[in-house]
Amino acid sequence: MSPEHGVAAATALTNFVFPNDLHVHWSLMIVLYPYITGIVAGAFIVSSLYHVFHIESLKPVSRYALIFALAFVAFATMPLLNHLGHPERAMSMMFTPSASSAMAGFGYIYSAYTVLLILEILLIYRPTLVALKKTSTGYMQKLYGVLTLGSDNVSEKSLALDHKIIAFLAAIGIPMACTLHGYVGFIFGGVKANPMWATPLMPVIFLLSASVSGIAGIILSYILIKTFTRKALDMDCVRTLIKFLWGCFILDFVFEMLELFSHYYMATHHWHQLHALYFGPLYGTFWVAQVGIFSVIPFVALGILSLVKLPDGVVKFFGSIVSLMILIQVLLMRWNVVIGGQLMSKSERGHTVFHPEWFEKEGILVSIIIMILPIVFLFLLSKVFPFWLDDDPAANKQSV
Amino acid sequence: MMDVIQKEMSRDRRAFIKNVLSGTIAGSLLLVIPAGAMDLGNIPEQITGMRDDTEPFITKRKFAFIVDITRCIGCGSCCVADKNEYQVPDGMYRTWVERYVIDDEDNVYVDSPNGGLDGYQEPRKDIPHPVRDTFFVPKLCNMCEHPSCVQVCPVGATYQTDDGFVLIDAKRCVACGYCIQACPYSVRFINPKTKTADKCTWCYHRVRKGLLPVCVNVCPVQARKFGDLNDKESEVYKILHQPHVVSILKPGMGNKPSLHYVGLRREVV
Repeated sequence: MSPEHGVAAATALTNFVFPNDLHVHWSLMIVLYPYITGIVAGAFIVSSLYHVFHIESLKPVSRYALIFALAFVAFATMPLLNHLGHPERAMSMMFTPSASSAMAGFGYIYSAYTVLLILEILLIYRPTLVALKKTSTGYMQKLYGVLTLGSDNVSEKSLALDHKIIAFLAAIGIPMACTLHGYVGFIFGGVKANPMWATPLMPVIFLLSASVSGIAGIILSYILIKTFTRKALDMDCVRTLIKFLWGCFILDFVFEMLELFSHYYMATHHWHQLHALYFGPLYGTFWVAQVGIFSVIPFVALGILSLVKLPDGVVKFFGSIVSLMILIQVLLMRWNVVIGGQLMSKSERGHTVFHPEWFEKEGILVSIIIMILPIVFLFLLSKVFPFWLDDDPAANKQSV
Repeated sequence: MMDVIQKEMSRDRRAFIKNVLSGTIAGSLLLVIPAGAMDLGNIPEQITGMRDDTEPFITKRKFAFIVDITRCIGCGSCCVADKNEYQVPDGMYRTWVERYVIDDEDNVYVDSPNGGLDGYQEPRKDIPHPVRDTFFVPKLCNMCEHPSCVQVCPVGATYQTDDGFVLIDAKRCVACGYCIQACPYSVRFINPKTKTADKCTWCYHRVRKGLLPVCVNVCPVQARKFGDLNDKESEVYKILHQPHVVSILKPGMGNKPSLHYVGLRREVV
């Protein structure tokens, strides 16, 4: 594997880092940004599997997945804003964008997707919201009044129209969710100066890991919420989710490995840099953690959970553990790509170091808070939108 | 007696007000009249004909920067001048000088302590084999014809002027750092004072006034050269059109830098 050929030998790593490369500019915030966006895209895909592809067993989580996506999408830009040196100018990206910038495009895709998600939620929940408006009082009644979009009409005809719009939104939502996260991959993949990022596979890997993290997030939170509220889990739904998680993770993991293998096999002069990175500073977080522990173990475990008929308790317990591991795997992948890519100096001769601090502006504490906020918001949303059909006063009218 | 004192005081007051007023007017005039225009009368033009050019963009010229590696002695004067000109914060570099050392085993050792700001006064002592070659490589903005930074900037804060300069509008920059990732040459950084992206400008403000970039101005061995490629009498034109060993950094990136290196070695990245 050692690069002995041509220029590589002449530029052997002697740990010279360009003076401006010593500082890692994209820190934890930029690790969280694709992580949160990925969870959003993945959760939406779960919902679409029911709403568009009619996977009936996913009905119990189909509405919850949308609310889950909303809870995270609401905070997707928070790490970005915290990262910007001038967050007060952030809207310039929308109002006076530079057409050639990959990043400027994200603002539009993100906004369009958020609008679509909110519309879909409001339409799917409309009969529920109308029923809740009638039974609630005070501020909640006013809130439901706003959320029903001013229409209490829940006649057959009206719901049929809703249904058509929902199907349309869900259908265009799938390519949009894919674009949302594929595009995040492209924001990295389009940086030609970084040999780790600059690969056309980057959008694919980002999209697949997004699906994986979204499905895992739904499985874990579904099991946890139902367990803590002492309500019955729909095990058929959990098993189907696990099968989809396995399928997506097979693709995700295989492409992640193929991407690295392609670099190794092509062995361009960039490979000596990547080799030194993967077997140097990233050895622990990539090979040991991301690949060894949090990919191989879930890979095998998901196969067993999907193929072997196991008791409900076992599926529930290991399903949540594996989902948590997958969520960690994707976070590690984001870390290794975002931080790892920046550890390589463009001098092609060395690596810098990155040690996040607990109490800095973009530090660990702020990261933890940003990851907790969507969960808090999800809890608040649960007070407005009943997640489960069992708690829904308009469940009989709930055709979607 | 009191009358005399009071008279004296009011006279002083009048004089004081008069002085303040005249000072204010003079000061305001200084602000209104561009200070540079006043100073330039005494400073000879360094780029021929620049001061006759009153167009907003210098479209008739095609500027190029040439670094002659065979001349650089690693004194760090350019870095000092640059830091002084722009008050560059410590740890950030608009320009820097790298030291290359190649030993008998063909190992390449590169360093640039403090960006070469202090000059290279001592030889490296950690080279295990006899040294066969050593040279210095000054680095600065490559002013690419196809700049990645301009391409990726989401708000158009980094832009390319018609005369080929790549500049940053600090009033628009959001400091997202995308340009820093995109620049193949790592010439960019976030300036902690302005919280915006910053980099070498080839001293655009000086060039517009017919002056050479400061680093070119101070280089004691003329390792840094700047000029107009449309002027066939210019030194840069002659160097690039004569059989010299001239190259650019990372040609594979396709950015087409306007920064050229004379005597560039294959070890240089």
